[in-house]
Amino acid sequence: MESLIVSIYVFTLAVFVGFELVTKVPPLLHTPLMSGSNAISGITVVGALLAANANNWKVSTILGVLAIAFAMINVIGGFMVTDRMLGMFKKDKKVEKGA
Amino acid sequence: MIYLEQFTYLLASALFIIGLKYLGSAKTARRGNQYSMIAMAVAIVVTLVVSGIAGPIQIIVGMVAGGLIGGIVAKKIEMTSMPQMVALFNGFGGIASTLVAYSEYLEPTTLPVTLDVNITLILSLFIGTVTLTGSLIAFAKLQGLMPGRPIVLPLHQILNFLLMLGVIVLGVMYIMEPAIPMWPLLIIAVAAVFGITFVIPIGGADMPVVIALLNSYSGLAASATGFVLSNNVLIIAGALVGASGLILTQLMCQAMNRSLFNVLFGAVGTDDSTGDAGVGGGEQKTVTRYTAEDAGMIMDTVQSVIIVPGYGLAVAQAQHVLNEMAEILTARGIDVKYAIHPVAGRMPGHMNVLLAEANVPYDMLYEMDDINDEFQNTDVALIIGANDVVNPSARTKKDSPLYGMPILNVDYARTVMFVKRSMGAGFAGEANPLFFDDKTMMVFGDAKAVVTGLVKVLKENE
Repeated sequence: MESLIVSIYVFTLAVFVGFELVTKVPPLLHTPLMSGSNAISGITVVGALLAANANNWKVSTILGVLAIAFAMINVIGGFMVTDRMLGMFKKDKKVEKGA
Repeated sequence: MIYLEQFTYLLASALFIIGLKYLGSAKTARRGNQYSMIAMAVAIVVTLVVSGIAGPIQIIVGMVAGGLIGGIVAKKIEMTSMPQMVALFNGFGGIASTLVAYSEYLEPTTLPVTLDVNITLILSLFIGTVTLTGSLIAFAKLQGLMPGRPIVLPLHQILNFLLMLGVIVLGVMYIMEPAIPMWPLLIIAVAAVFGITFVIPIGGADMPVVIALLNSYSGLAASATGFVLSNNVLIIAGALVGASGLILTQLMCQAMNRSLFNVLFGAVGTDDSTGDAGVGGGEQKTVTRYTAEDAGMIMDTVQSVIIVPGYGLAVAQAQHVLNEMAEILTARGIDVKYAIHPVAGRMPGHMNVLLAEANVPYDMLYEMDDINDEFQNTDVALIIGANDVVNPSARTKKDSPLYGMPILNVDYARTVMFVKRSMGAGFAGEANPLFFDDKTMMVFGDAKAVVTGLVKVLKENE
């Protein structure tokens, strides 16, 4: 039970930190925020690695391998598409001459 | 070794938080995303180092398969399809959590399995599975694989209530007899049905709220898995995502002046077409029709323009030619700004990305609250493919479904120019009285064709 209490502490504080930080993200960046948090929710890959890390093909291992794959789609896909999007945001006014 | 692991997870958690902080400004956002990438890499590497690689093939198969699919999707995806992608990825996050939790049920990492592990395991299975099936429905609606209109079954809310009750009962059964393998499987099955019945009654126009909410759930699912494994980096990263999704959900609801309850259970909306669904009704008032040439003539004489883009713009793929028009006007010293309503597009912030892709500099994009006072000093408000977000009925007409929704004050501009495909009302089905105003120019046609016409006129008069 003690570890559960600690977990609840950590979770609650992290939620507050999340609220504080995300409130400051401008609407301009809300789509990258969502795709980026998609990638972060891929942190489940850590749990998946523990589940799949066995030299056998028992059901629990196979489920772990599947979980790695799904979580890695989120991690790689999420981070890459967020980076691609953020690369499009440019500040400089580019005035076309002689158009 | 346990200290190395714990401290490295702490480092990763801190990097996630710093990454999120840098996402607070467009200048540092890209760096913020990179911090999160490093955090993820650190967490993965330390997990492998500390646990020792017992099954290299298993790990490589999973990592390579997922990484390849993710990489290809990220490269190929169209920006207009971002909502679908995010919806689908939310679902993947959910199923990953369910799989890990169920695997943990089959092969517990620590014995004996305590009560709190069992409780969080149920939560993890439930949230993960609801996120999966709910996201698949949201994806199908956004992708047009199923109709966007709300699907309401007989006694829908009672059914949802019974499903929730079923999960609780099954959870109690499971805790009393964890060894019976049927209980967790039944929990997954009932959660899967609940995810579907939860999302199908929500209309296509409300999908931005739903994907934000499911985004939150995917984080909570990761957190729940962290509870099961007593792993703090999962708990923290999941909580950050959970909080983020919740805030976006809230903002979307505010922007539509609807409560979350109303969005989830109100079954509002007709169909998920491009905003021209339903005809504005039998009012026989006259509308002044203009052509792209007329509009171009006006544009030749103005000092300031505010462009209000809606999703119709993206449907017509007119962003690039619109940017071309804005560049011509800017080059002539005309003040051009874009006014972005929070619900423009199909997900939070979607319109900004679509315009950024078309090379519109982000300092020309203004949020509603920052630009609403400027319309009164503006010559032309050019509205392209938007309707509900500029409908003045939202201010005055108490019986309107739009009443109370914050709108862009385009009616205060000296001239209001609508580029629309037809006279149709928006999602809300509310006719726009501004169409009949003396200072309004209605230009009917495909957004791309009209703006291209505008550009042509402007270039001729160079």
